[in-house]
Amino acid sequence: MTPLLKVQDLRVAYSDRMGELCPALAGVNFDLGPGEILGVVGESGSGKSTLAAALLRLLPSNGRIQQGTVFFEGKNLLDVSPQDLRKIRGGRIGLIFQEPSSSLHPTMQVGRQVSDVLAAHESFDRRTLGEKTSQLLATVFPVDAARISGSYPHELSGGQRQRVLIVQAIACGPSLVIADEPTASLDPTTQQEILQLFQTLRQKLGLAIILITHNPALLVGLADRLLVLYAGRIAEIGPTAPVLTAPQHPYTAALLRCLPSHFAESQGSRKARLQVIPGDPPDLSLRAQGCQFEPRCALRMEVCKSDEPKAATVGERHEVFCFKFPS
Amino acid sequence: MQPLLRVENLVKHYAAGRSAPSKDKFAALDGVSLSIPARTTLALIGESGSGKSTLALCIACLEHPTSGSIWFEGIDVAALDENQQRLLRPQIQLVFQDPASSLNPRWTALEIVSEPFFVQGRFSKQERSDKAGTWLDRVGISRKMVSRRADELSGGQKQRLAIARALALEPKLIILDEALSALDCSVQAQISNLLLELQSSLGLTYLFITHDSAMAAQLADQIAVMDHGRTVESGPAEKILSSPGHGATRSLLAATPRVPETHSVLVDS
Repeated sequence: MTPLLKVQDLRVAYSDRMGELCPALAGVNFDLGPGEILGVVGESGSGKSTLAAALLRLLPSNGRIQQGTVFFEGKNLLDVSPQDLRKIRGGRIGLIFQEPSSSLHPTMQVGRQVSDVLAAHESFDRRTLGEKTSQLLATVFPVDAARISGSYPHELSGGQRQRVLIVQAIACGPSLVIADEPTASLDPTTQQEILQLFQTLRQKLGLAIILITHNPALLVGLADRLLVLYAGRIAEIGPTAPVLTAPQHPYTAALLRCLPSHFAESQGSRKARLQVIPGDPPDLSLRAQGCQFEPRCALRMEVCKSDEPKAATVGERHEVFCFKFPS
Repeated sequence: MQPLLRVENLVKHYAAGRSAPSKDKFAALDGVSLSIPARTTLALIGESGSGKSTLALCIACLEHPTSGSIWFEGIDVAALDENQQRLLRPQIQLVFQDPASSLNPRWTALEIVSEPFFVQGRFSKQERSDKAGTWLDRVGISRKMVSRRADELSGGQKQRLAIARALALEPKLIILDEALSALDCSVQAQISNLLLELQSSLGLTYLFITHDSAMAAQLADQIAVMDHGRTVESGPAEKILSSPGHGATRSLLAATPRVPETHSVLVDS
């Protein structure tokens, strides 16, 4: 099967105020099949949002893609002309950001904001545009699409606004949607509804989805595979169930053990201290060599200080970047 | 035992929209009752818009309730005038969800924690900064970081700073309004541990507002559930979690995402 997206050796750095380069992504490789959902898990500063932005060349002005290729539907996105890129953004790849309230125009009805996306990619007469917009809104608002269409963002709830962003992202029939923390500001019930909607869209439209989050629990039962990022590098990538229930990389394991365990299993441990990862989060400007997790790792070895670990296969499509495993 | 805080039948109405006639009211709180014994934690859970944060603002004397009473150490807070409330406020402090927007980014950590003393007119300048330094140290912000500006700190450090500011006036009650929600899991664990440690050593009482029932289970002695401006269920945490009685509680518990039990061969060795 040809992958829909193939990312090879992607390296991104930001220049700070002194002009020094800080690496944010240091050699990321992965691929994504059509209709596949990949969850990207990482903490603040791990490079997960940089990854989303770099794939579509949307980095802020101090960010630079230093190396790598991003093959999508046969084109290297890092090479294509600005005109082609504009067609791909929003056309073939939809993007959904975290904050639904700041991604929508506050004084424009949301129906108009959806039809603008359509009009930017194809020319329709006014009536067709209106019909297409209503059809699109009806896919995520089965009950009151017409009312929503005439509403302003402030008249909608957080969950409804997030649905409007999803409509915008799928408006032109993309094959891939990149969603950066799409549910971070929502309460759990709404969060589940939005995640369910992603699942439905994947089934109905065959969408591939890259879902970026800091909360691994959201990806249970949704993502096919997980990619765990730490300090701009992949720590572990593999099918969701084995990564979550039998994590192989010391960082993945430590991260999962920080979560408060489910109360049904742990009635005795209420108000007990949670496990933490010792040490500080990585300072990207400092550490040039060795494994990035080495200073905080309970299982560190001599080699971890000096060399960077390579991919070791530990199961089907399951790779770990750690010297504990023979590569 | 006398509870530290007892809320009775609290009602808060807001005007419903600018074009609506003034008699149209929206009841953000529609008869809320709860009580928190001293030195314990009550977790208040509920969906967005259920009235959790409105309740927090009323208890902290930042909103005036329409009716009902808030008894704090035997005083009805809701009946106090502005001057009396100012004397009471140091006893009740707040920590908000997003530390980035609740701290002045251009102030240093030391200035931020000294400010409550300044507002209350306590101590000399030197004493203020000494005391602020002590509190910062207490929450795990080291001496060499106290002169950093808030915007130079990480999310976890900012939330530690917000906790130090809340502690500065030695309150009895701290309202944690989604104080862990914006943090990464590993940082959440650290801050949760810090809150537990501070509670046992300083005898603090927490009102922990959250929509994360797993964190509520972790921190709370008691849980109260809000739905559409009412408390629909409350009781000991174990009981609410193991046999939720109200539909709103059940749907909240079911919606909390969780990772299945982890079996790590590698790290347990």
